[in-house]
Amino acid sequence: MTMLGDRQQLAYIAAQAADARVNVELETEGMTLNIGPQHPATHGTLRIIARLDGEQVVWAEPSAGYMHRGYEKLTEVRTYPQVTALVNRIDWLGSFANEVPFILAAEKLMGVEAPARAQHIRTILFELSRIANVSLFLGDLGVQLGAVTPVFFAFRDREYVLNLIEAATGGRFHPNFDRIGGLKDDLPAGFIDETRNVMKKLRTFCDQIEDLLFGNEIFQSRTRGIGVIPKDVALQYGLSGANLRASGVDWDLRRDQDLPMAWNKADWKVWTHPDGDSFARCWVRLQEVRESTKIVDQLLDTIPAGPVMAKVPKIIKVPEGEAWVSTENPLGEMGYYVVSQGDQGPFRVKIRSASFNNISIVPWVLKGVYVPDIITILASLYFILGDIDR
Amino acid sequence: MSSTETPTEAPRDERRDAELARIVGALGSSVVDSLVKPNDDIWIRVSADAWKSTGETLKSLGYSYFGFLSAIDWLPSPFGKGEEDPTEPAPERDSTIKQGYTGGSTRFQVIARVMQPFSSLGVNIKVDVDDSMAIDSWCSVYAGANWHERETHEMFGIGFHGHPDLRNMYLPTDFEGFPLRKDFPLLARIVKPWPGIVDVEPLPGDNEEEGDAS
Amino acid sequence: MNSALIAADLAYWAQSLLRVLGGLVAVLLPAGTVVYLFLFKMMSFMQSRLGPMEAGPYGSMQLFAEVGKWLQKEDIVPANALPEARIFKMAPLIVLASTFLLVAVVPFGPDAWFTDFEAGIFYALAVSSVSVLGILIAGWSSANKYSLLGGLRAAGQLIAYELPMVLAVVGVVIQAGTMNLQQIVVAQNAGSMFGWDGAGNPYVLTQFVAFIIFMIAVQAELTQTPFDMPIAESELVSGYMTEYSGFRFLIFFIGEFATAGVFAMIASVLFLGGWGVPFAWFGWTDINSIDNWMNVVGPLILFTKMIVLVFFIMWVRFSFPRFREDQLQRFAWKVLIPVSLVNIMVTAVLKVAF
Repeated sequence: MTMLGDRQQLAYIAAQAADARVNVELETEGMTLNIGPQHPATHGTLRIIARLDGEQVVWAEPSAGYMHRGYEKLTEVRTYPQVTALVNRIDWLGSFANEVPFILAAEKLMGVEAPARAQHIRTILFELSRIANVSLFLGDLGVQLGAVTPVFFAFRDREYVLNLIEAATGGRFHPNFDRIGGLKDDLPAGFIDETRNVMKKLRTFCDQIEDLLFGNEIFQSRTRGIGVIPKDVALQYGLSGANLRASGVDWDLRRDQDLPMAWNKADWKVWTHPDGDSFARCWVRLQEVRESTKIVDQLLDTIPAGPVMAKVPKIIKVPEGEAWVSTENPLGEMGYYVVSQGDQGPFRVKIRSASFNNISIVPWVLKGVYVPDIITILASLYFILGDIDR
Repeated sequence: MSSTETPTEAPRDERRDAELARIVGALGSSVVDSLVKPNDDIWIRVSADAWKSTGETLKSLGYSYFGFLSAIDWLPSPFGKGEEDPTEPAPERDSTIKQGYTGGSTRFQVIARVMQPFSSLGVNIKVDVDDSMAIDSWCSVYAGANWHERETHEMFGIGFHGHPDLRNMYLPTDFEGFPLRKDFPLLARIVKPWPGIVDVEPLPGDNEEEGDAS
Repeated sequence: MNSALIAADLAYWAQSLLRVLGGLVAVLLPAGTVVYLFLFKMMSFMQSRLGPMEAGPYGSMQLFAEVGKWLQKEDIVPANALPEARIFKMAPLIVLASTFLLVAVVPFGPDAWFTDFEAGIFYALAVSSVSVLGILIAGWSSANKYSLLGGLRAAGQLIAYELPMVLAVVGVVIQAGTMNLQQIVVAQNAGSMFGWDGAGNPYVLTQFVAFIIFMIAVQAELTQTPFDMPIAESELVSGYMTEYSGFRFLIFFIGEFATAGVFAMIASVLFLGGWGVPFAWFGWTDINSIDNWMNVVGPLILFTKMIVLVFFIMWVRFSFPRFREDQLQRFAWKVLIPVSLVNIMVTAVLKVAF
C-alpha cells in the first residue's frame, strides 16, 4: 500500500463504494440468479436457481422437467420393439447404449439369449456410442470454461464415429438397431477396417485434447479442488459412472456384472481417481474414451461367426415376470425395471437414468462455490437433459 | 432358445441365496416375502412400518449405493392401449389386480433398489402402500432418495413422511391428477387412437407365426 | 496530418478534414482487418473449419454484411432501463470514444501524426481507462442481473490490470528517457545495440519482461480470453453487453477490436520500433533527415507490426480457457505487479550504469 499509494487506494475505495451501493440497492441477503432454461452453458433446458451472496452461492437448486416427455407412461401403450425405438431418445448422444439394457431385460424375461455374434456386435456398438458421447463431453468442457477451440475438434472427430454407426445401423443419432433376440442386421462390408482407422483418429483426438485442455494451467486451476464429492456421499446419492469412479470407487458394471455381452472378451482397465473433484471427473472420462477405443480394437479382431438373430417368433409376447438390467452407460448406470404381464408390451417400465441421480447432488455440492464454479461443476458432472427428464 | 443349461432343474444361485439369508437374518420379521431368481436378482417385500428401518439395515449391511425408488400401480389400465376403434363400444376389460414377484395385497407398491458396490449385488425391495397412500421417507438414510420420492409423489400420489420438501419434480405446481396411475389416461391415445392397428394386413407371402417363446 | 507530405500548405479546414478522415481510417481499418483476418479466418482455420465463405470472395465482404445486419435491427432499450435511457445509450459511445482518443497520440510516420504530446504515453494510459467507465455504465444501466455482474467484474478486472500496464511502460520510458511516443520511436530506430546499429535498438529485446507484461495486461484490458470473465459467454450470456442490440452492439464490437488494434499499435511503438526501420539502413541520422516517402510507408510498417501483435492476442484468445475472477485478480496483484516493479528497478540500475 505504500509504493502504489494513490492508485491502489482509489481502486480500493471504488470497490468499497460499489459494494456498498450493491448492498443498498439489492437488499443485503443476496441476489437470486436464474441460470437457464435458455442458456449457452446448460446442456439442454436445465434451470438452476441460485441464491448468491456477492459471487458465492448460498444455495442452488436445479429445476428439471422442462423436457419431460412422459416416457414411462408412453411405454405402457407400446410393444417392445416400439419401446426400443422410444428409449433411443433418452440419452441422445450415445443412443445405442440406451436400447441395450431394455432389450437385455426383455430377453431375460423371455429366457432368450442373443447369439454370440450379436452380443459381440452389440458390445462394439455400445462402446462406439460411449466414444461418441464422451468425446462431445470433452469438447463441451472447453466451451464451458471458455476455450472455444476443442469443441470443433470434438465435433469433427465425432463425425467419424457417427458415420460408422450410420453405416452399421442406418441412423446416426437414433440407431434403433437392437431387437429382442439379437440385432436387426449384420455388419456391412468394410466396417471392421474403417472402424480401426477411426479408432486411431479418436486416439489422436484424445491426445490433442489432453494437450490442449488438460495440460493447460488455467484449466487445472479452474478444475482442481472444485466440487469435491467424497466417496460415501457419492454412493448415497447414487452417483454413477465416471462421477463415482472419480471419487475413488473402483466399480464398473461392465466388469463387475455378468451380462450376456462381450466385455469380458477384451482386456481393459477401469480408471479411477482418488480426488473426487472436477478435474478427476473430466480426467476419468478422458481415460475411458481411450480405453473404449482399445476395447473396440480388441473386439474387432474376435467377432465370432454365426447368426445375428436368435429364433424368436414374429409377434413377441413376453411372459410374466419382472426383470432389472443395468449397464455402464456413457453417462453412468442406466437401468430398466421391466414388469411384464404376458402381453406384447410391458406393463410398467421404470427407467433409471444416470443423470437424474447425478444432478440430484447439485444442491449439496454447490454450497459455497463461486458463480463460475457452478458451470465448472455442472460441466464435470455431465448430464444430458433427456436423461434427467425422460 | 432357453438360457438354462440343464433341462431338468434351474441351478441354484448360492451367492444370492447366501446374501438373501444374510438380509433376512438382519431384517427378521419385517420381511413378508422374498424371492431369488438364480443368476438374476433378489427381491424382498417388507411390511410398511418397517420400511425405513429396512433401509437403515441394508445400508449397514453394505448396500451403500442407492439405485432408484419408484412405484408400481398394479391396476390393469381401463383404457387399454388406445388401439381400439373409437366408434365401437369399449370392450370388456379385466380389472383384477395381480401383483408380481413377492406378491402383495394393495394396488400400489413402492419399489426401491440398492446395491453393494464392487460386488454388484443388488436387492429390490417392495412394500405395500395401503389406503393412506403414505409411507416413510428414505431421505435420512439415502440422500439420493430425495428426488426419487418427489417424482414418485407427483406421479402416483404417494406421500412420504419426513421428506423435507415434497414438491413436484417435473410437473407444474398446479397440475391435477397423478399421471402414472393407470386410471389417468394417456391423452394422446384418447384424442386419437393409434391408427396402426386399425388396418393391418400381413405382408404378401408372409405367414403369421404364433408360438411360445420358451 | 502535417502537411509536409504535400508541398503546398493546406488550409486549416482541409488539414482538419484530413485528420478526421485519417482518424477514422486509423481506427476502423485495424478493426475491420482484425475482425476479418483473425476472428473470421484465423479462428476458423485453427478450429478446422473454413469460416465465412459466401459473402464476397473467401468471405471478405462478410464484415460489411454483418455491419448491414446490425444496422437494420430494432433499437431496443429494456423497459427497466428507460429511466436511464440516455446513459444506457451513451455507454457504447464512451467505449468507442476512448479508442479514438487513444489513436490520436500514435505516430504513424516521421511527420504523420495527429498530435505530438510531450507526455504521449502518459496521456495514452490515462485515456485508456475511460473505457472502464463505459463498461461500468453499460452494466449498471441495463437493469439486468447478468449485466450487473459482468459490469462489476469488468470494473475490478480492468482497474487491476491498469497497473501492470503502467509499470511495464515505465521501464520503456526510463530506457528511452522520454514520454513522447515519436521520440521513443526515433530512439529505438536510431539507437544501436553494443555498437551495431544494423537492427536499431528495439526495446522488445532489452525490455522483454515488460513486453510480456504489457501484452498480458493488454489482453486483460481488452477482456479477451483468458481474461474474459466480464463477457463469460457460458455463464453470463454476454455480460455487460447482454442488453445491447443492433447499432449499439455494433459499436461495442467495433470498439473491442479497434481497441485491440490500437493497443497493438502502441505496443509496437513502444517495443518494436513503431513506424520505422533502423535508420542505419538508409543512412538517416535524426528525424529531420528522413525522406518524405517514409510518411506513406511508415503507416504500412506500423500496420504490419500491429497485425503481428494482434495475431498473438487472438491466438491466445482462441486457445485458452478463462480465468476465474479471483484467480485473475491474484495473478495481477501477486504476480504481474511485483515482476514489473523488479523490471523497473533493473532497468533504472542498468540505465545509470551504462
